[in-house]
Amino acid sequence: MGRITLENVTKRFGDVEVIPPLNLDIDDGEFVVFVGPSGCGKSTLLRLIAGLEDTSGGRILIDGQDATETPPAKRGLAMVFQSYALYPHMSVRKNIAFPMRMASVPQDEQDRRIEAAAKALNLTDYLDRKPGQLSGGQRQRVAIGRAIVREPSAFLFDEPLSNLDAALRVGMRLEISELHNRLKTTMVYVTHDQVEAMTMADKIVVLRAGHIEQVGSPMELYRAPKNLFVAGFIGSPKMNLLSGPAAAEYGAETIGIRPEHIGVSATTGTWQGRVGVSEHLGSDTFFYVEGTGLAETITVRAGGDIDLHHGDTVFLTPDTAQMHRFDAAGDRIAAPI
Amino acid sequence: MATRQTQSLARLMRAPAIILLLIWMVVPLGMTLYYSFLNYNLLNPAVTSWAGWFNYQYFVTDPAFMAAIVNTLVLVLGVLAITVIGGIAIALLIDKPIWGQGIVRILIISPFFVMPPVAALIWKNMIMHPSYGVFADIARFLGLQPVDWFAQYPLTSIVIIVAWQWLPFATLILLTALQSLDGEQMEAAEMDGAGSVSRFIHLTLPHMARAITVVILIQTIFLLGIYAEILVTTNGGPGNASTNLTYLIYRAARLNFDIGGAAAGGIIAVILANLVAIFLMRAVGKNLD
Repeated sequence: MGRITLENVTKRFGDVEVIPPLNLDIDDGEFVVFVGPSGCGKSTLLRLIAGLEDTSGGRILIDGQDATETPPAKRGLAMVFQSYALYPHMSVRKNIAFPMRMASVPQDEQDRRIEAAAKALNLTDYLDRKPGQLSGGQRQRVAIGRAIVREPSAFLFDEPLSNLDAALRVGMRLEISELHNRLKTTMVYVTHDQVEAMTMADKIVVLRAGHIEQVGSPMELYRAPKNLFVAGFIGSPKMNLLSGPAAAEYGAETIGIRPEHIGVSATTGTWQGRVGVSEHLGSDTFFYVEGTGLAETITVRAGGDIDLHHGDTVFLTPDTAQMHRFDAAGDRIAAPI
Repeated sequence: MATRQTQSLARLMRAPAIILLLIWMVVPLGMTLYYSFLNYNLLNPAVTSWAGWFNYQYFVTDPAFMAAIVNTLVLVLGVLAITVIGGIAIALLIDKPIWGQGIVRILIISPFFVMPPVAALIWKNMIMHPSYGVFADIARFLGLQPVDWFAQYPLTSIVIIVAWQWLPFATLILLTALQSLDGEQMEAAEMDGAGSVSRFIHLTLPHMARAITVVILIQTIFLLGIYAEILVTTNGGPGNASTNLTYLIYRAARLNFDIGGAAAGGIIAVILANLVAIFLMRAVGKNLD
């Protein structure tokens, strides 16, 4: 079981309120991702759940039990740190065994769990090495192994992939998702990378300055961002946010249209412009279109085989059915166009 | 230093320094070695003759010799024990953020700035003196008989003085080691269910092992040559109770004017120090890369 409930949880460092009263429900078995720009309080929130920081107010419930004052070790949660935090003088085996040693798990049970974790994480050949002799990805797996053997009610991940190179990051992302599918344990994952959030999460929590901006499944956030911040944060490349007359035309202060929802044509369309930088990725091509008479440069996605180059004239047609409208306060206008 | 050309150039450039250092080391050692085989006494310096192994035999069979070896060991081990254990304890204490941290740290480090004879004199006359020392005052305040430290516990007294001088060094080195300990590791251990004692044993101590090795190695080198504190306080006495090897050599040279005997003692001290160094390097040096 791993149901975590935050009730009016607050955190202050001195006079600075890092997290204003915040409520959140994390269901058993859910993969929840906290995402937001750096300094938004997502790591602090995770540390509050872990018990590594004391709350300044509110309650944290784990499986219905008030755990606000419970020391970290007694909360039944396992954490994977950004720096992996492996014990450098211990072999991989001893690192993984450490939490069990502290909990006085019998030796044969320890061996069984280490064996199982090592097999699951492809670490069997490295059990007698020291962390210093491992690559970044392997260290990451050892850290996960150390968390798994505790058989926690929930896993906490604090930006676990940010120290890895891009290729390895994609690989580890899959491994962690795979792990979640197999273990069905609650996972709380902190990242600043919205791609990680979109690909891994059952539920994304978008944070800004300690506030929850929106909670929802990746697709909910993608399709119906509640405000300008979420609209701009989720999706890659970013949504085009247009203000001024173009927005007023649709009865909004700001309109948002994703690059993939704009039709591209060489002959006819709503907005005429010039192709600036173009990024050919093979499967897709991204154009940055200027000179449309709008204040903003517009990002457009087109197919990989489109034949347009720098300086070419291009016509753009937004798909109004996929357009997002926001009012002066930056909140979503729910009514359809 | 990749190519052969830069290598030979580098060798040429550092040669003067190395040759100078070599001369600096080899000439005194060679002279000491030479004197150790001579009958050479300053009371009658004109008459010198070849002594063979006599000086060595004389020095080693001196009843004070074994006492001096034992005293040297007690002195070194005693000071090491106090400074390493005390250094870890103080480092742990001052690692925590406290009010007036800067001042506290400077105060703790300051004994290291006091030169050994001065420190020893202060301890002798102001702290351990049986009639007007601070310890005597405390003893009288508690209604106890003041202890005459240098008469009753001469070697212990010197261990205390030397340990007081070296504690800041150990603390400083161990504190820097402590501060380089990764905070996330500690938090990981906390989440893994390790209490503060387990965290100290399983994380802090192994992390400090290298620094402790450095402290032991450097201190041993200096502690084998302790001399000023003994000269100023007990003069090696009562009897031979606080005479170490260095002081025994001093006695041969400056009180008996026996240059040959003192040189033989010096060579023996060098050999013993090297044995200790090799042993130490083997035992604890594997912690150093």
